Amino acid sequence: MIEVNNVVKSFGENTVLKGISTTFEPGKTNLIIGRSGSGKTVMLKTLLGIHQPDSGNIAFDGRIYSDLTPDEKRALRTEIGMVFQGSALFDSMTVEQNVAFPLRMFTDMRSRDMKDRVNEVLARVNLKDANKKFPNEISGGMQKRVAIARAIVNNPKYLFCDEPNSGLDPETSIVIDELVQEITKEYNITTVINTHDMNSVLQIGEKIVFLKNGLKEWEGDKDQILETRNKSIVEFVYSSDLFKKVRESLLAEEEENNHNDKK
Amino acid sequence: MIKALHQIGRYFLMLKEVFNKPTKWQVMKDLIIKEMDDLIVGSMGIVGFISFFIGGVVAIQTALNLTNPLIPKYLIAFATRQSVILEFSPTFISIIVAGRAGSYITSSIGTMRVTEQIDALEVMGVNSLNYLIFPKIIAFLLYPFVISISIFLGIAGGWLAGVYGGFIGSDEFIAGIQREFIPYHIAYAFIKTFIFGFVLATIPSFHGFYMKGGALEVGKASTTSFVWCCVVIILIDYILTQLLLS
Repeated sequence: MIEVNNVVKSFGENTVLKGISTTFEPGKTNLIIGRSGSGKTVMLKTLLGIHQPDSGNIAFDGRIYSDLTPDEKRALRTEIGMVFQGSALFDSMTVEQNVAFPLRMFTDMRSRDMKDRVNEVLARVNLKDANKKFPNEISGGMQKRVAIARAIVNNPKYLFCDEPNSGLDPETSIVIDELVQEITKEYNITTVINTHDMNSVLQIGEKIVFLKNGLKEWEGDKDQILETRNKSIVEFVYSSDLFKKVRESLLAEEEENNHNDKK
Repeated sequence: MIKALHQIGRYFLMLKEVFNKPTKWQVMKDLIIKEMDDLIVGSMGIVGFISFFIGGVVAIQTALNLTNPLIPKYLIAFATRQSVILEFSPTFISIIVAGRAGSYITSSIGTMRVTEQIDALEVMGVNSLNYLIFPKIIAFLLYPFVISISIFLGIAGGWLAGVYGGFIGSDEFIAGIQREFIPYHIAYAFIKTFIFGFVLATIPSFHGFYMKGGALEVGKASTTSFVWCCVVIILIDYILTQLLLS
């Protein structure tokens, strides 16, 4: 579990996070959503320890990050998997070498065991026959799968994903979302996903934290988000015509049900 | 001025971090071998080509300027040897390597920064400065070997141009390159080369690692790093010449 306690982060005079508190539970896909500039990326980078909070703290299963020694911080980082927006695969390495990288860096595994583990996670993300290819030889969707495989190869306790669907077609996005959710449940990982893709929100949002102007405006799950009357979140979620129509039909359905109940 | 001081301070802090928290030897040794191949072996072709022909040009220029019949011909070989060992190979080949290997270092590290590969290393708990820069510093320990080849080919080019151009006999040329030879000049050349090697590994890495922006800025960082490498090499050349030869 990750506990975020009253985190404040400023850059110069610009306060980006204004006292955010929430918890991210294991085995659940936790989503951070919000408009561009709402503080999502800073929030994720603060969770990852790339930015230090000005005040407040972040606890990983009771371990307060700012209180850890540099060695303890490094050890904690080996428990973290991260899927970057652009995949961030090492382009001088093959798919296999990319996935094996955390194992080579942080374990004393024999090369045969390493190879088996790499093949196992590549099979888990449904990626076969790509072991010897370089990142620029595979599609964006495949790159995301490799990034997920690299993130989970070391059995992380915490998985962070920054816009995992950006640049993917809707069908591949759904596959990636489902994959992340399955892995989260299978390995009981605390997964935190930074997104503004509403399809993901409605599909895998088991806990959703909505940020606005550096404040936590709302939190709930994918069912609650459809019913909320919070003006900011309604404007955000239903900013596209498609979702406006979905909401209208849902409200009409609800009204009809209420009407039938009264009868 | 304050910005320049800030950058210099940042450069030295980077160097401190490069030697901190070393990467596992099993991983590091592969990286060192790869960097030796990219930076040292990869530079040999252009270094050899330029050295050979510049050696030839120095010999021809010297021969064409020795119009006085009282000046002995062996001076062609003497001048070629001195120019190549003292200045051309250590300093000007370093400028050429700054263009070739330095730009490669800046653009490859800069691209890693732009595509979040460096962030990926940091998040995993890897000391990215050690992982990326330390193997380059070790690879450049072989740089004196490149300069030795350059010196050999420069003098060989001078011999070929001098002898086959009809300016000097082969025996006279060989006698000339041996005449008044001071072994300390070789030591001077290698001391310079070691220091230039360190500069060539670290300044382009610094510009790549701390660059901000996108693809355009990677190009700008490569240019900036080349300019700074040249400036630092020339300044160090002046200081070392003053310290070691005067």
